[in-house]
Amino acid sequence: MKKGYLGIDIGSISTKGIIIGKEDQILAKAYLWTKGNPIEAVTNLLRELQKQIAGKDIVVVAVGTTGSARKLIGTILEASVIKNEITAHAVGTMSKYPDVKTILEIGGQDSKIILLEDGIVTDYAMNTLCAAGTGSFLSSQAKRLDVPVEQFGKIALTSKNPTKIAARCTVFAESDLVHKAQMGYKKEDIIAGLCNSVAQNYLNNVGKGKKIKSPIIFQGGVSKNVGVVKAFETILKEDIIVDEIGHLMGALGVAILARNTGQERMFDFKVTDHSFETRGVECNRCPNHCEIICIRDDKKLIDAYGNRCERGAIKQ
Amino acid sequence: MENKKVISFPHLGNYYIPIKYLLNHLTHAEVVECPPITKKTVELGSKYSPDFVCLPFKYNLGNFIEALEQGANILMQAGGGCRFGYYADVQEQILKDLGYHFKFFCLNDKDHLTVTYLYHIFKSINPKLHFFKFAHYTLLTLLMINYMDRIDRIIRANIGFEIEENSFVHLQQEMWKNFTKKKHFITLTKSYFHYKRKMKKIPVRKEENCLKVGIIGELYTSMEPFSSYFLEKQLAKMNIEVKRFTDISYLLVTKRFKVKGLLKQIKKYCTYQIGADGMDNVARVKLLKKQNYDGIIHIKPFGCTPEIGAMPIIQRISSDLDMPIIFFSFDTQTSEEGIKTRLEAFYDMLKMRKEKKS
Repeated sequence: MKKGYLGIDIGSISTKGIIIGKEDQILAKAYLWTKGNPIEAVTNLLRELQKQIAGKDIVVVAVGTTGSARKLIGTILEASVIKNEITAHAVGTMSKYPDVKTILEIGGQDSKIILLEDGIVTDYAMNTLCAAGTGSFLSSQAKRLDVPVEQFGKIALTSKNPTKIAARCTVFAESDLVHKAQMGYKKEDIIAGLCNSVAQNYLNNVGKGKKIKSPIIFQGGVSKNVGVVKAFETILKEDIIVDEIGHLMGALGVAILARNTGQERMFDFKVTDHSFETRGVECNRCPNHCEIICIRDDKKLIDAYGNRCERGAIKQ
Repeated sequence: MENKKVISFPHLGNYYIPIKYLLNHLTHAEVVECPPITKKTVELGSKYSPDFVCLPFKYNLGNFIEALEQGANILMQAGGGCRFGYYADVQEQILKDLGYHFKFFCLNDKDHLTVTYLYHIFKSINPKLHFFKFAHYTLLTLLMINYMDRIDRIIRANIGFEIEENSFVHLQQEMWKNFTKKKHFITLTKSYFHYKRKMKKIPVRKEENCLKVGIIGELYTSMEPFSSYFLEKQLAKMNIEVKRFTDISYLLVTKRFKVKGLLKQIKKYCTYQIGADGMDNVARVKLLKKQNYDGIIHIKPFGCTPEIGAMPIIQRISSDLDMPIIFFSFDTQTSEEGIKTRLEAFYDMLKMRKEKKS
């Protein structure tokens, strides 16, 4: 019997899962769309992972969750570690690249930069208010241009003369893009311009004032876009490493963290058969109206959170 | 009776206690506390405020509206060295336009809080007020604020390590009740020392090298926990010792003696004051480094001009001193989840650094 450690990264756009062994070797991995329903996505993810380890005599003994739905899924799966994305990504990346100095990450809704020195995080930043220059922006523009987003990068590389596109804000970028298209610019030039603007935007916003040192690793869904990778290389004048499992780094990190806790408990894949239900309840005990999230497992309340004071505590 | 005077004033952390105490003693009017700040307060305030005004304006305006709804007819507001100086006039106008009837007093004479002007205001509310009584209670209130701030500092350093939950909070509430019953300097001071001893006796489980974090930044978000999404409470839950510089004692008294000295300490970075507490915050980075703090959290409300001016300088001094720092800007629209994520990551980072060092 081999021990496996499960890490799940539930992002706004995609859900990633990984099972690792004692020496970080990957035993199973899966990647699918969240589609606005994290619970269902995780259920499908677990089924997929279970299929991959079936018959290999692997027992999952610890679970960790990260990503924006980490708390919800962590509660449901009784995870031993529920960690923020920044730490998870840093830990995951360092396990593969111990001397990494900068991690650039652009995901579906958020983007972040992590700076490391001698194996510890020294600084980080995350986009706060604005989703400009993230994956969702690129995919919505791809729809507008009627190009599959997966081919964005390839098309961008064919451009010899990238168009300049306003890079401050999604709204500006979009109106500028429409303008440039109507002016008659070639599609590949516009797409290359978009990729440049994403990189520029990221460095101006999230990377502002940060000392970016090589080796630099680029992760997140957008890192699959070679056009953006090239834009970063041109602007930073450094080599950019894109790992083939870059999108799984968060899940890998949290799996490692779960393993490091030392707590082991058999994880039962049967959890996929349960039907979980979440409901937002508004507490009416004061004008603050806290939204309390109740998670039910087949009618049984397993957790509730979101209240700011004891008055809103829901007990059963 | 129609003309009954009902006074109210906006919230700022726990300072409603001494302010209420002062008003109760100096006037015969009824004093109404604004209802505690909730999301509804913020919604009300935002609805009637200019969109791009700094955040405390919206909170204050929300407080005023809720107080007026509860029957207040005399409102008080202070002012200060930044846009805060315009709050009183603009808010008065907005509330009058909304059709409320009330008297509005700004405690500041132009830009400064002066004793004579304050006396003048209280005299107009309560014509029988004698100057000696005014002086006595004003000083007593200042002393009470000072004692509260001192106790607060002890609490902030220890509350994250209490063994029995809420033991500090309960004692603090008891202390407030006790303080407001006192009428003389000696009895108040005695009560202060009594509670200070008690505070120090509360059992805590504090390790020698626990994480220590300093909070710097704008004054309202520093002092009003609701506006910073209860940042200090969250830090306490993570078992972090917290130090914060800005409190009323500092703003009213200590600041004026310290400014020159602070400016001298950081003359490499600042030649002049930045306005409000901007320069002070730059100097605090240096001080916190000297006192071996592990990290700094800089907080400001959305639209705070002095702090925006100070931020690049703070960024530079903290990178020169190798001091981890994180910036939070609070808005009515800020998602609590984003704050939590970044705070957790900050905690992980400080912890990793600390383990590496030792």
